[in-house]
Amino acid sequence: MRNRIRTARSISYCAGLFALVFVISLRTRCASAKLQSGAKPCGTVTVAAASDLTYALNEIAANFQKATGCAVRLSLGSSGNFLTQIENGAPFDVLFSADLAYPLKLEARGLAVPGSTYLYAIGKIVLWTREGSRVDVTQGFSALRDIRIKKIAIANPEHAPYGRAAEEALRRSGVYESVKGRLVLGENISQAAEFVESGNADAGIVALSLTLSPAMRDKGRSWIIPENLYTPIQQGVVIVRAAANPQGAQQLLDYIKTPATAALLERYGFVLPARIPAARTP
Amino acid sequence: MNWQAIALSLKLAVCVAAILLAAGLPLAYWVTFSRWRWKFLVEGIVALPIVLPPTVLGYYILVGLGPRHLGGQIWQSLFGHTLPFTFAGLLVASVLYSLPFAVQPFAAGFEAVDRHLIEASWTLGASRLATFFRVILPLSAAGAVTGVVLSFAHTIGEFGVVLMVGGNIPGVTRTVSIDIYDQVQAANYDAANRTAMALLAFSFLTLAVIYGTNRRALSIWRRP
Repeated sequence: MRNRIRTARSISYCAGLFALVFVISLRTRCASAKLQSGAKPCGTVTVAAASDLTYALNEIAANFQKATGCAVRLSLGSSGNFLTQIENGAPFDVLFSADLAYPLKLEARGLAVPGSTYLYAIGKIVLWTREGSRVDVTQGFSALRDIRIKKIAIANPEHAPYGRAAEEALRRSGVYESVKGRLVLGENISQAAEFVESGNADAGIVALSLTLSPAMRDKGRSWIIPENLYTPIQQGVVIVRAAANPQGAQQLLDYIKTPATAALLERYGFVLPARIPAARTP
Repeated sequence: MNWQAIALSLKLAVCVAAILLAAGLPLAYWVTFSRWRWKFLVEGIVALPIVLPPTVLGYYILVGLGPRHLGGQIWQSLFGHTLPFTFAGLLVASVLYSLPFAVQPFAAGFEAVDRHLIEASWTLGASRLATFFRVILPLSAAGAVTGVVLSFAHTIGEFGVVLMVGGNIPGVTRTVSIDIYDQVQAANYDAANRTAMALLAFSFLTLAVIYGTNRRALSIWRRP
């Protein structure tokens, strides 16, 4: 008797569980149906982007989705890593690189749509410290000679365009030898910023676009590094040849070229290519 | 090939294995023989790194032990620097991260020792320490070797935590796994391949040699 009750109880548990799973799956199906019904047939664009675009591109993606109905699936990381991944078949439709060389390299190897590379902005770097730091960076690189600055974060110059620019600026301004032993390398520019933001590094050379983001804007002080100290960080976007959604990718690329997006990029501290027509042709 | 990174990884792994041998044996002894009713909580904590992704440990070392939080401030006042970007930082992270890989084989070894032999040793007047070194440890040598090898190997293979808290400083925190990652990112596939191959061969050889000798060690100890 007791056994039977137990069996009955477990059956009802199972039934309950099944019902729950069914309801959940129904709900998600309904939700996705709703999304699709509001969208044009362009579906989802899968985007790989350099991490200096972390904040700007989230906003651009939201606007793009509102304007066209295409969803954007965004992966942020280092340009070099994405290059390697795309060379090895990563399923991205579009690559936003922090470097013009990587998209061109993809084109040259036949892995990107020929002629689709577009210089959408020029990135800037700043010397940045947290609010409350004892060192005043607003006086420039000379502040780095201060021995109280024990660690200086930059992105890895070997493969991160912002890191390359940071190293170049340090060399050209003559402080490289004095800071060399104190450099810590972020895997990408976001990690370099995170090292400073968490207080583990005393100063860092990071992307202006990151320091202007809502997350970092009021947290530190910065000094914009003079542009004559480093080769312009040309930001290139390209459509991947094996894109699963080439139409969506093209739509996104067209959207990047609109004045609204340009204004947004400018707000995040990027210099627009229109201002520097000479750099337009790589 | 980046010999500096290889040397650094070896140094880190040897240090971690040594620390875990010294600290892991007493901990494993306690875990095995304690009758404290809340012992399972300690066992749970020891096993945590098996379950947790390295990003969790990396996050707490970077942020929780960073200069903006109490833990980091205490550490800074004691040692003059915070943990991230230092060899000491990697050492602390690796010891924590490899803890279960040492303690669990140690404890399993102790568990397998016949209790009667331990009690006989005690009744014959040997102290607990003498019993441990002359009865328990020889009889569980295989477990001890396994624990040391696993913590060594696990440290060589460590990547996520180092990527998060290392800062990629050549000779200090650029371990061989990070070096390979960098080479791949920079599309230097040849360099990446050479280092990866060397690491693969080295790891396999080490494990083969140690498992080979371990078996012999086992038979020596088991012989009456």
